Amino acid sequence: MILDIGFETMPREDLEAIVLRRLKATIDRVYANVPFYRKKFEENHITPNDIKSLEDLKQIPFTTKEDLRDNYPFGMFAVPMDNVVRIHASSGTTGKPTVVGYTARDINTWAELMARALAAGGATRGDIIHNAYGYGLFTGGLGTHYGAEKLGASVIPVSGGNTKRQIIIMKDFGPTILTATPSYALYLAEVAEEMGVSFKDLKFKFGIFGAEPWSEKMREEIERKLNLTAVDIYGLSEVMGPGVAIECHEAKKGLHIFEDHFIPEIINPATGEVLPYGETGELVFTTITKEAFPVIRYRTRDITSLNPEPCICGRTLIRMNKVSGRTDDMLIIRGVNVFPSQIESVLMEIDEVEPHYQLVVDRKGKLDTLTVLVEVGERLFSDEVKVLQNLERKIAKNIKDYLGVSAKVKLVEPKVIARSQGKAVRVIDNRKI
Amino acid sequence: MHVEQISVFLENKAGRLAEVAAILAEADVNIRALALADTSDFGVLRLIVNDNQKAIQALKNRGFTVSKTDVVAAEVEDRPGGLNRILDILNRAGINVEYMYAFVQHTGKNAVMIFRIDPIDEAIKLLQKNNITVIEGSKVYAM
Ligand SMILES: [Zn+2]
Repeated sequence: MILDIGFETMPREDLEAIVLRRLKATIDRVYANVPFYRKKFEENHITPNDIKSLEDLKQIPFTTKEDLRDNYPFGMFAVPMDNVVRIHASSGTTGKPTVVGYTARDINTWAELMARALAAGGATRGDIIHNAYGYGLFTGGLGTHYGAEKLGASVIPVSGGNTKRQIIIMKDFGPTILTATPSYALYLAEVAEEMGVSFKDLKFKFGIFGAEPWSEKMREEIERKLNLTAVDIYGLSEVMGPGVAIECHEAKKGLHIFEDHFIPEIINPATGEVLPYGETGELVFTTITKEAFPVIRYRTRDITSLNPEPCICGRTLIRMNKVSGRTDDMLIIRGVNVFPSQIESVLMEIDEVEPHYQLVVDRKGKLDTLTVLVEVGERLFSDEVKVLQNLERKIAKNIKDYLGVSAKVKLVEPKVIARSQGKAVRVIDNRKI
Repeated sequence: MHVEQISVFLENKAGRLAEVAAILAEADVNIRALALADTSDFGVLRLIVNDNQKAIQALKNRGFTVSKTDVVAAEVEDRPGGLNRILDILNRAGINVEYMYAFVQHTGKNAVMIFRIDPIDEAIKLLQKNNITVIEGSKVYAM
């Protein structure tokens, strides 16, 4: 269902006029209120008056995660703290977290966009939403929660963890929509199976999964094991939280970006050059309606491409393809660039491989070694050792063929690979560099 | 005449085999025969037990990957050349033995061996035609 027909199906020309007006207003505000942006503009001899068209956005320098950290905690806020009603933070794997703030109007905008996203993913006000995103500083839980309420659906704020209890709630409350990370969704399926609960007997129709990259093969597996239609949702706290972009359940082919609030660009991560539609690079966002925490040309580190083709669902909003990796997940192994998502693609191409894997990088002497751990589930298992050995060899050969890097493949028992708050830990880099 | 065997995936780590034995003991399952085939990284543990359902449930509950395979239990004369005779019969018919292992118990003066053979039904017929005693599953589980 299209919740906001006006904006979601607006002719591109009309949309672009609104976007330009909103961009100019945002530039004016950050120039006036955020010393970081004013300084950057001045260093590059730009004033807000230089931004006359959407093309002119290219003149403005990028904002990076480091910039946000340098201004920790509230240095990037564009309104006085009196006007801030909510604070979220994203976990910093290295160093400080990044802190974001919202005004009351920001919270309302976010709820509206999240309601639009849920509707695009198949939810209606009659649905019961089992929200297994973590509640807290992470934006997933509360963002989805407010959107569900805005839509008028019934939301179960179950959050992450205590998985057995979640299965019981699913049985007893009969939720029809599941919101979770895709790896946690698969974990729910595993635990349900152990408990003798079949998703065929549950009432789920749609699942809206995000907060980590996942593949088409993983979608097939989730849809089969959880007996629902699975769509991808995208968002990050620096830009807003979940609800920046959403797949429509009609097409399930790329995520519509809510361009009346966010301007997307794709750049070459090495040179910063803006790439044309269809080319793969780093996704960059400029927010054009946010009050407390606007970002200008924020580098998301997510790798994807943009697709301007019209969609069967009727939305005129541009689509971003599924995120295929992160610029900062890139491992350099013996001089070869390796994205975990590439290894995942290789594994998915081998029939029946469970999508639970982990890359372990070690340095022995001067030589880097890559070990790929693959969990052996029931579909992969054989009572014949040679079948399993052939599988190891086949995976190693395909990795060598597609990525040009030698890897040792090691089959491991299920659940050996750590899952942190529902997110699988995909890379362990033991190199001391 | 098939016998159900349970196979368990094990990482090659100290204590994993003992853990499987402990889980089965706790579930009140008796192990009738057992063989471990391993590589430097992992192993496949093959088991004949008195209660397959109970054993599988107990192992799955503890997170092990488990599968069931049909195998053949046959009596082997406990004298030189006893095993060779069986392998010869199968070999001449072009039937491949993937693996085999011995049963602890004997029947009278004969040893019992487990064979993983494909195609299984053809192999059973062939063995019986050659007067080799093939033992039924229900008897094997109770041995
Ligand atoms: Zn669409």
